[in-house]
Amino acid sequence: MSTTVAEFTPQSYKTDEHPIWCPGCGDFGVLDSLYKSLAGLSVNPKDLVVVSGIGCSGRTPGFVKSYGFHSVHGRVLPVALGVKLANPALTVIGVGGDGDGFAIGGGHIPHTARRNPDFTYLIMDNSTYGLTKGQYSPTSPLGFQAGSTPYGSIEQPLNPLAMLIAYGATFVGQGYSGKPRELADLITRAIQHKGFGFVNILSPCITFYNTYKVIPPKIAEVPKDHDVSNRAKAFELALETDHVMLGVFYQTQRPTFEDGVAGVIKQAQAAGPPRLEAIFAEFS
Amino acid sequence: MNGNGADGEVEPLRALVVRLAGDSGDGMQMMGELFSESCALAGHALCTFVDFPAEIRAPQGTLPGVSAYQLQFGAGRTLTPGDRPDVLLVMNPAALRVHLCELASGGTLMADADTFNESSLRKAGYAQNPLVDPDLRLRFRVADLQITTGTLLALADSALGATEKKRCRNFYALGVLLATVDLPREPVLRRIEAKWRNDEAVALANSTALCAGGEAGVKLPRRNVARSAPRPGHYRKINGNEAAALGFQAAARIYGKSIVLGGYPITPASSILELLARNGSPAVKTVQAEDEMAAAGIALGASWAGSLGISVTSGPGLCLMAEFLGLAVMAELPLVVVDVQRAGPSTGLPTKTEQSDLLMALFGRHGESPLPVLAARSPADCFAVVFEACGLALRLSTPVLVLSDGYLASSSEIWRIPDPDELLAQRGDAPVVPDGDYQPYRRDLQSLARHLAPPGEPGHEHRIGGLEKNEQGWVSYDPGNHELMVKLRARKIRNIAQRLPPLAIEGDKEADLIIVGWGSTYGAIAAAVEKLCAEGRPVALAHLRQLAPLPADLPALLERFPTVLVPELNLGQLALLLQDRLLRKVVPLSKVRGQPFTVVEICERVRELSRGRRTA
Ligand SMILES: Cc1ncc(C[n+]2csc(CCOP(=O)(O)OP(=O)(O)O)c2C)c(N)n1
Ligand code: SF4
Repeated sequence: MSTTVAEFTPQSYKTDEHPIWCPGCGDFGVLDSLYKSLAGLSVNPKDLVVVSGIGCSGRTPGFVKSYGFHSVHGRVLPVALGVKLANPALTVIGVGGDGDGFAIGGGHIPHTARRNPDFTYLIMDNSTYGLTKGQYSPTSPLGFQAGSTPYGSIEQPLNPLAMLIAYGATFVGQGYSGKPRELADLITRAIQHKGFGFVNILSPCITFYNTYKVIPPKIAEVPKDHDVSNRAKAFELALETDHVMLGVFYQTQRPTFEDGVAGVIKQAQAAGPPRLEAIFAEFS
Repeated sequence: MNGNGADGEVEPLRALVVRLAGDSGDGMQMMGELFSESCALAGHALCTFVDFPAEIRAPQGTLPGVSAYQLQFGAGRTLTPGDRPDVLLVMNPAALRVHLCELASGGTLMADADTFNESSLRKAGYAQNPLVDPDLRLRFRVADLQITTGTLLALADSALGATEKKRCRNFYALGVLLATVDLPREPVLRRIEAKWRNDEAVALANSTALCAGGEAGVKLPRRNVARSAPRPGHYRKINGNEAAALGFQAAARIYGKSIVLGGYPITPASSILELLARNGSPAVKTVQAEDEMAAAGIALGASWAGSLGISVTSGPGLCLMAEFLGLAVMAELPLVVVDVQRAGPSTGLPTKTEQSDLLMALFGRHGESPLPVLAARSPADCFAVVFEACGLALRLSTPVLVLSDGYLASSSEIWRIPDPDELLAQRGDAPVVPDGDYQPYRRDLQSLARHLAPPGEPGHEHRIGGLEKNEQGWVSYDPGNHELMVKLRARKIRNIAQRLPPLAIEGDKEADLIIVGWGSTYGAIAAAVEKLCAEGRPVALAHLRQLAPLPADLPALLERFPTVLVPELNLGQLALLLQDRLLRKVVPLSKVRGQPFTVVEICERVRELSRGRRTA
């Protein structure tokens, strides 16, 4: 990677498709930060894969010059894993909303965290279902009033950071679309992380749940002296919900899924030739 | 044993049907596998059938706990495992109770008389010992074996405990059986040695029991069963799931593609996942996903990124994959899914066979989402069908469904190992991306396959997904474009019908009645057709391999026959489809008992129909 010549600028990643998001949607900020981070890392668009689910946020691949796959609702993680298995050399980024990731697709999170594939997962968390017009989501606060909860949500919201740390993700951070520079840095660290890099990004839905006034006063940085390798401490920080804490909560190193697969293939090969070869060899 | 036995037989039997039945803890499946392996090595043609309970260990000695293995072996075409056994070997009263009703009259019953004690008889619902019933001895040739005491006696010097010694009963019984059909013990001895390499005491006990059984067996009448003349080529015994796994491996090799299998364990498909996981070739990577949605997603992601994504499942899993199959149709990506059908709906009879997923395979997705559906007709045919499905998926950039079923999955037959050159000759290639601007939905004008460009190539960056796109790959909500794309996708699949070889007709082409079958019922139907034609009752048979699209020559062909009989292990799913295509009534023959058709059932229905025609 060259540090002297900027091979790619944020502009390099724009496509001809103009984002269809409502003006003021937090997802614009996320997209800009993503461009900046990719340019900073000089990721060649030919080696870049963006996989998404369904939702407003799910449209992101259309706006990033890359190989993009807009899949089905909630299945970002399996599709990204398949891509990585087919070609481990690719830089793979999964994106989706909080409904996509934590509701319909929530079942894939623990298993992806356990496997630790080397890709990045960005959740654009607006605490509502944007595309289907503002119903409550797994991160909506208790009492959230919307179409399907006219008397207010009666469900406790989930805590994405605590959940990911508990499941054994090897990189867990949180950013805010209103702080694009810091967000770009955070995305960069997640992409550079060898293993499953999870970033929860608060990205307000201006149309159905405008939190632009609610979030900023609660923002706090992850303390400078926080030891990111301390899982218990990371968990403690994640459970502190009076503030919206931004930064890296937890990071550790573990062999990736792709490493594991390569190891398995080596072992199996040592055990003897593949069965088909053995059978075909019988008559050659 | 009654009679003077078969020692003096001059004419060898063309085929013999043997059924082994015992408690699911008695090792009947292993015994059956070893017996059929011995038959195969001796040059017998064969076809096997396994019938085991859904519970791993149902209460011992009870009727639901009975596990059985049947095979027909002999010379020449052996299409089915046989309707009724000529020889029934039972390890306990429950097995006798469940299976005696099917023993052919005059057949041989071998029973471990030692187990017919009061408590076992009670568990099987017998008030008295059926072995002492004189009527039984009139109807069958009964060999009272003492398998348990024989085993314990042979192992008197062994250091093993009584329970462990008893576990060797199945080898004693196998020894008896091998001796009565004149098969050598050596192949089994070699297997024992290999399997219990790390447990010499058990290996020795099993071998000892086998030989002791052999000594007892030679005292029984021997049968001379015909063997096939050696044919050119290399052969091995194979079951449907093994054949499917090899089909995938062959496709990976012939197409030079790596395969990514996303799977989730489900009976009766799991062993394909397990076989490929053991594979050891960098060309096949397997993941046990967290559910079938993930399994299909992993496979599809891999296909888009340049591998061939595959999955293996059964009905309930196929339901969960439906959304991804729709995406694969929309994004036009290769994907091969094998549905090893079992009796449903829901958990149904998970270890029993059925053909009731046909309509789901054809139509079980939202939107207009056509895809090719192929069905294997025999265990070995799973190889060819899976290989062909991979080729179709890659050439046309489409998801393909392969239908197998519980019967094919675990039944074995003798398979001629194909020459790689034969497979290479079947290879067809996907269109290459033309130079210039890459347009994801530009197509090959002949096949209508779109051009695929996996990530990693400069200049081919593109976005695809579930939203409707125009040729350039941009999202398009234009009504005309949607209609065009829906029709293009349908035409791409429909065109496959034009390239199929003409339908093969078996039996008597001039008959008034034709049987149309699909999938695993082939063996029973073909055997019935042979039998009926031989008895002077002409019948024709067309057995379908391609269910979607249906062969183009099918309607014209069926028009020639006044009666179309459609036997299926469901309530008439292909029949429904044919009636729609032919605008005419067909006669369904349904069976949903979790068991394959017998030859007799098919013959009976045909005889009934021809009697009806004569009197009408
Ligand atoms: C299987 C399925 N169920 C439901 C939907 C409808 N749907 C589309 S997006 C969405 C939720 C979107 O919310 P979120 O994931 O938070 O993304 P956002 O739009 O807020 O970015 C739903 C329910 C669908 N596309 N597929
Ligand atoms: S509905 Fe909300 S989430 Fe969707 S684009 Fe508009 S502002 Fe963004």
